[in-house]
Amino acid sequence: MGTRLRTLRFMLRKEFLQIFRDKLMFRQMLAIPIVQLVILSSAATFEVKTAQMHVVDLDNSEISRGLVNKLRGTGRFVLTGSSQSMQVANEAMLSRKAGMILSIPRDFEHDIVHGSGHGEVQIIMNAEDGAAAGVTHAYAQQVIAGYARDLMEERTAVPARAQPVEIRARSWFNPELNYRNYMIPGILVQLVTVVGTLLTAMNIVREKEIGTLEQLSVTPLTRGVFIAGKLLPLWVIAIGELTIGLVIARLLFHVPMRGSFVLLYFGAMLYLIAALGIGLFISTIVETQQQAMFVTFFVIMIYLLMSGLFTPVRSMPDWAQWIAAFNPVKHIITLIRAVMIRGAGFAEVGRELLILAGFSAAFLTLAVHSHGRAAK
Amino acid sequence: MMLGALAAFMRKEVRHILRDRQTLTILLLMPLVQVVLFGYALRSDVREVRLAVVDPTPDYATLALRSRFTGSGRFRIVAVERQIHSLDPVLKAGDIDLVLAFEPGFAEHLEGGTQAARILLAVDAADPNTGTTMQTYARAIIAGWQESLPTRGRQITIGTQTRMRFNPTLESVNLFVPGLIALVLTLVSALMTAISLSREKERGTMEVLLVSPLHPWQIITGKVLPYLGLAFANVVTALLAARVVFNVPMKGSLLLLIAECLVYSVVSLALGVFIAARTNSQRAALFAALMGTLLPNTLLSGMIFPLASLPHWLSMISNIVPARWFLVIARGIMLKGNGITHLWHETGVLLLMMVVILAAAMASVKPRLS
Repeated sequence: MGTRLRTLRFMLRKEFLQIFRDKLMFRQMLAIPIVQLVILSSAATFEVKTAQMHVVDLDNSEISRGLVNKLRGTGRFVLTGSSQSMQVANEAMLSRKAGMILSIPRDFEHDIVHGSGHGEVQIIMNAEDGAAAGVTHAYAQQVIAGYARDLMEERTAVPARAQPVEIRARSWFNPELNYRNYMIPGILVQLVTVVGTLLTAMNIVREKEIGTLEQLSVTPLTRGVFIAGKLLPLWVIAIGELTIGLVIARLLFHVPMRGSFVLLYFGAMLYLIAALGIGLFISTIVETQQQAMFVTFFVIMIYLLMSGLFTPVRSMPDWAQWIAAFNPVKHIITLIRAVMIRGAGFAEVGRELLILAGFSAAFLTLAVHSHGRAAK
Repeated sequence: MMLGALAAFMRKEVRHILRDRQTLTILLLMPLVQVVLFGYALRSDVREVRLAVVDPTPDYATLALRSRFTGSGRFRIVAVERQIHSLDPVLKAGDIDLVLAFEPGFAEHLEGGTQAARILLAVDAADPNTGTTMQTYARAIIAGWQESLPTRGRQITIGTQTRMRFNPTLESVNLFVPGLIALVLTLVSALMTAISLSREKERGTMEVLLVSPLHPWQIITGKVLPYLGLAFANVVTALLAARVVFNVPMKGSLLLLIAECLVYSVVSLALGVFIAARTNSQRAALFAALMGTLLPNTLLSGMIFPLASLPHWLSMISNIVPARWFLVIARGIMLKGNGITHLWHETGVLLLMMVVILAAAMASVKPRLS
């Protein structure tokens, strides 16, 4: 036991030396996550700020102009053109000068003031990006409905208490509806996953490629010591990167931290064992660094897509939810979001911790086992 | 004689690629898996909202509204409490999406009295997108129920007819397939080329090649062309899968799309060559390629996140990202049926990038050993 610890110490020293000596490598290891975090945190929003609106107002009345002004007044709809023909409007949409066409028919005001009290307008959305179009459209409808209520109050004798029900809305855990607060914890997970898994796989395959892995196998180094010596430094580095990421999230993006750091780190440490285990496993089934990169890239991509990072797991069909249940990334993202955003404690995320512990044990066993076979 | 040598060199390179079954399988599988995932699994619509009701004094009105919620099929009541505080632990665990809380004596306020009957709608907004959507659904149900109540006076309403053009069913897969093409082309053209070239450098076989009668540019061409072929095989797979399985439209000219893909691939290949020339190891090349091509091409191109929501400084940077221009082109051709007349600006930018990066790559490839 004593000699094993000694060899482990030597190997760890060698590994750390190798990592820190390669200045370029080390800089990249630090720079990539930081750049990615800053860019992703600024870019990762599905929030649609403004829509370019083209108006075809055939009515050109007080009420129709009022509607256009009401939409523009929200700041979300920017008038980029107006015309009297749908053809011009269509051309504007095809050449990407308009994302939305609002068409108001003749007699719009007449219908509302003298007719049935019901007017119709037409909205044409550029739905290339379906999600964004849906959000913008829902918002436009809200504004239009609000305008109808304004008109009713102005022009009819309906008393102020026309609405018998009053709805008060609250947004818990994220009252400003800040999308970053939701995305950044997930992005942190993505960063440590990529760094941990990719570096582990590449690091070991590199020794394979240049032939030093064979040399190691004839030394008295045991399999356990070898794996511990390879994984521990990267595990420490990944946790270090998580820490840097948390500091940036806090200082630069003011992401709240409502729960306990102990719980968060405990979960991350368990998860990283699993993530590095996957990297180790990949290194045993490939021969070159190029292959290692592609296999890792493929695996991480599926893991991330099926994790709920970008789209909620609960929106997936049942079969996909089943796959997601076997995805460690999904569980760590659930945990880290619950702890940071909702301030969940041990009682609420205990289940996730248990699952993560199970995954790390399973992946590590699988990796060690297949490494043993590959070495023979 | 030179051409023969080049052909032989390319044959060797093709064999290298074909022999590496693992990478080949993954490269061919990746577009398929992604198309399937994006077509079936990755949706952002809300399937079911877990609703908790806080109803201190149940009466006919609150019960009616509750049954409207369950009857909509979108809401499932998972808890009914008298006090909102009882819900704290379930909320923290994320087991509830929406709380509908009535004030005491709801029906009395509704029938008369001076104040309106009040409802509190509290949503778990940890995920703001989903939260807002769920709240919108709930408001729509309450509004529908309100309309069924007797009203007084003349009503004014404005209806909207909506047409969702270019993607009437709002399928995210339609939007994603052009992005996938860009991703695959970047991966194969830029990343694989960079790594494969730097591998020859790392192993010292590049030096052997340099003393061969082949001109350095023939070596580069020979290395790069097979990857171009592979990239196109991938594009065809992705397009076929999208077409056959998900009916993703192809409104414009396929020929134009392929020509644009070619331009984009050459840009990526040139980037790959440039990176390989400037780095000394596979690892360094990989990281440089990740930073220089994959990261910007996925994050700053509108592939995942809409360009319109980028902050100003990032949208300035996005202008030098090739995929940002290519995506406008590919989406325009596939979804809107744009012809070259609508796309000459974007195509011009890509062509300009191609010239600049090719020149930069050419300048950095050293024809001699140092």
